[in-house]
Amino acid sequence: MFRKLHEPEGAITVYVDGIAASAEPGESIAAVLLRAAPHWSRTTPVTQSKRAPYCMMGVCFECLAIVDGIASVQTCLTLVRDGMRIERQHGKRSLSA
Amino acid sequence: MQSDAIVIGAGTVGAAVAYGLARRGLSVLVLDGDDGDYRAARANFGLVWLQGKGMNMPAYQQLTRRSVDLWPEFDAELSALTGIDLQYEHDGGLAFCFGEDGFEQRRLHLQRLHNQLGSEDPDHEMLDRGTLEKLAPKVRFGADVSGASFGRRDGHANPLKLLAALHAGILRHGGVLRSHSAVDKIVPGTQGFTIEIQGGDRFSATRLVIAAGLGSATLAEQVGLHVPLRPQRGQVLVTERVDPLLPLPASGLRQTREGTLMIGATQEETGFNTTTTSEAAAHLGHKTVRLVPALAELTLVRHWAGLRVMTPDSYPVYVQSPTYPGAFVTLCHSGVTLASTHATVIPDAIIAGRLPSILDPFHHRRFDVPKAA
Repeated sequence: MFRKLHEPEGAITVYVDGIAASAEPGESIAAVLLRAAPHWSRTTPVTQSKRAPYCMMGVCFECLAIVDGIASVQTCLTLVRDGMRIERQHGKRSLSA
Repeated sequence: MQSDAIVIGAGTVGAAVAYGLARRGLSVLVLDGDDGDYRAARANFGLVWLQGKGMNMPAYQQLTRRSVDLWPEFDAELSALTGIDLQYEHDGGLAFCFGEDGFEQRRLHLQRLHNQLGSEDPDHEMLDRGTLEKLAPKVRFGADVSGASFGRRDGHANPLKLLAALHAGILRHGGVLRSHSAVDKIVPGTQGFTIEIQGGDRFSATRLVIAAGLGSATLAEQVGLHVPLRPQRGQVLVTERVDPLLPLPASGLRQTREGTLMIGATQEETGFNTTTTSEAAAHLGHKTVRLVPALAELTLVRHWAGLRVMTPDSYPVYVQSPTYPGAFVTLCHSGVTLASTHATVIPDAIIAGRLPSILDPFHHRRFDVPKAA
């Protein structure tokens, strides 16, 4: 769906549902999710419909994902780090309460 | 335009009364204010609740009990008519206790209420921590949670769905709902009332119901009733949606059908002010995390403030004007719980032209008694 227009310098590796993906330091997790097939990154809590990052500025909450074990992270507002583990979030978040 | 009845206010109270009147065959016109008005109906928490209510006013316990018992039928009829699911559940409700002192205080409070009510079977029982944990197996309670009181008649519903269904129900029964129609003037006549709204349009009816929330005091003056009212601010926090966690609604914490956790509510005497405060968010958050520490992980998605419609003793006012019979005032701050009464008992009384004796204690003359020195 999306691809980088340039070859990033000093690329790092993050993992999306366990699959290694190349990322550029300083970019958001959402940018990585938009490049990673199948491109949708979560399903909604009520109707389970598929969603992908949309507004890329923190207002639409479509880009939520589980990042290093923390659910409902707004990935468009969170920058990548080397070795980060990102998981697509399915339906309602489950509390480990 | 001439109607059998005009209801001023299309909030949860006015809409329930209007729905009941229209269902009984009256032609009903509902005049509602503007979007920017104070709207308790849109800030409501959504409990259909009995436990803990009515200290020193057994008539209010009775009324609430009766209303809660009328809810299943009210819900079934309204949802069948409108196709709107009110998300009503009535499997009981909890009020959590902290520490042994808190548990004992709660027990005494409910025991006192029960004694004031008389000889009937108690509606509640106290659950120790072990029993509570079995009842809510997915919840890991904080260290100082000592238990909870369980009210078997308690439940909850979606207050916005309720309001939407009442509006739809009014229309289905041939009623008319006018928004942006804040009432300027009530002119009592020999054959009823003429109501003038802002902008000058006039409407007439033989019966008039004032259910305009905090706007009711000035309207009631025009039919000779002096009802003391004040706003009380309540702030609510709303979390993201999570898997079902709480099996029952609780006082101050409930999980909606969609999974949202609602956390409430403050009681603040701040006048006509609907701003939210970080102090309240911190207080509500702290209280909730003390109850269930893992809730600290959740993202808060909304925070709002609404104004309760409060009388001096917090209990409702139901009164007919002695000067202008046919004009009624209906006010309360538990519009969801009492909706089933407002849609049945009150419309019957309005049609009969006489409030039943069970509502005598709700006359606002109770506020006129001079305080003992």
